[in-house]
Amino acid sequence: MPKVVFITLDGAQRVVDAHAGESVMAAAVRNGVPGIIGECGGNCSCATCHVYVADEFSEGVGGPGDMEDDLLDLGVADRRANSRLSCQIPMTEDLDGLTVHIPEEQ
Amino acid sequence: MHAGTLIVGASQAGLQLAVSLRDAGETGPITLIGEEPHVPYQRPPLSKAYLQGSTELEQLWLRAPEFLAGNDISLVTGERIETIELTDGGPSGSARTASGRVLTFDRLALTVGARPRRLEAPGADLDGVTYLRTADDATALRDLQSDAESVVVVGGGFIGLEAAAVARAQGKSVTVVEAADRLIGRAVAPVVSEFYRAAHARRGVEIRVGTRVTGLAGENRVAAVELSDGTRIPADLVIVGIGVVPRSKLAHQLGLDYDGGILVDRFARTSNPTVVAAGDCTVQPNPLTGRGQVRLESVQNAISQAKAAAATLAGRSEPNDAVPWFWSDQYNLKLQIAGLSTGHDHYVVRGDIEGEAFSVLYYREGGLLAVDAVNTPGDYMAVRKALTQGATISAEAAADSAVALKDLIVPQTIGA
Repeated sequence: MPKVVFITLDGAQRVVDAHAGESVMAAAVRNGVPGIIGECGGNCSCATCHVYVADEFSEGVGGPGDMEDDLLDLGVADRRANSRLSCQIPMTEDLDGLTVHIPEEQ
Repeated sequence: MHAGTLIVGASQAGLQLAVSLRDAGETGPITLIGEEPHVPYQRPPLSKAYLQGSTELEQLWLRAPEFLAGNDISLVTGERIETIELTDGGPSGSARTASGRVLTFDRLALTVGARPRRLEAPGADLDGVTYLRTADDATALRDLQSDAESVVVVGGGFIGLEAAAVARAQGKSVTVVEAADRLIGRAVAPVVSEFYRAAHARRGVEIRVGTRVTGLAGENRVAAVELSDGTRIPADLVIVGIGVVPRSKLAHQLGLDYDGGILVDRFARTSNPTVVAAGDCTVQPNPLTGRGQVRLESVQNAISQAKAAAATLAGRSEPNDAVPWFWSDQYNLKLQIAGLSTGHDHYVVRGDIEGEAFSVLYYREGGLLAVDAVNTPGDYMAVRKALTQGATISAEAAADSAVALKDLIVPQTIGA
């Protein structure tokens, strides 16, 4: 199982096992990672699973799709170049160790 | 406290209530009890990805069992509460399950949900006539659907249309029968209803509005559906999606006020203020205006109201004033709704209806009420943001589809 590392604002780390194929958001919510809400269940409808992807993974993860792009513009926390909605990042074995930072607010 | 908090109903609202109560610093026992044999899971995908067969139930879990155990939330599955009583009017009392187990509690929360409305017609109990509410329903339906050729969907609401879309994508012959004169009539304006009628028709679904099911024919297993206009449609699978009825038995036993749902205030308190309730089973003031009575069936409402209920139990007053939002996935059409359009006197259409990317903004007396957005998430999100901020978007400005709605959000003019 690939692992995802979540880093909160205070620098604390949470490492979570993800199933290959499921989203980063789903793995976070199921394991109760604070700061990832995912109200819509991964439907690209709520922008409450915003993360900042760590630089070393930005190429592997890629950029947002069109729908996601619109939602990111209107989310609560600052949009940055490495902003993604974690419901739109499917986990793969290649992304094992993926590190994302959780914004202050969703 | 030693018996702790009992939460009856282990779905979206109940799970959220348990988690939020623990987050609020509650240290006493929290017991979450549900009649289904599963860990609490997301229901919306049951009529979408899960029905297609592209998702397993474990992927729909709202929280892993390890998370619940780690937060000292006791989950009891496969047990239904049959009777419940309060000691001296509450908050403490005891509940008894169908299997005779007794659970005492210091405080009670009802998140009992709703059950599918049953089709009342001769032959409605034939094999092959199905409903879609639980994971077990969906598992049974996806097995039946794999062998079916002709599917009749009774009810042109969200569940029915989503199920129809899945069946059609699997190449089945599909007919949707709706008694009202348009689809999704309770949730969207006629212009959106008409769009969905046309969109399903374009994809080969036969839509029949303004006609009722008068009977289902077949030996043991359904073979045809008979309609009030005299038509007889061959069918080897019937999916009934004609709405839900809130579960009321326990509320009645407790003597709680009930009017089409358990009546609660903005803080999720029932008419007995020591008992809270949240989710599909409740009727509450409109979260945006604080007035009237609405019953909302949605994930968002279950979560928002459960948070309000948890705050109340934790001794804080945090009203449910979140902007309601909803979604529905059919084929490649993503409908996103923010706000409540009921009572609108004007609407504005943006975008391209024929091109299947448009939105409808609803107004009353010039004030923005809601949006229905089809494949236009930016419009949805802009309206949701405006409503959340108590801001507005003028109808005149919104009519220009070339301008992004997010650039048109302006503060509400008081008394205008």
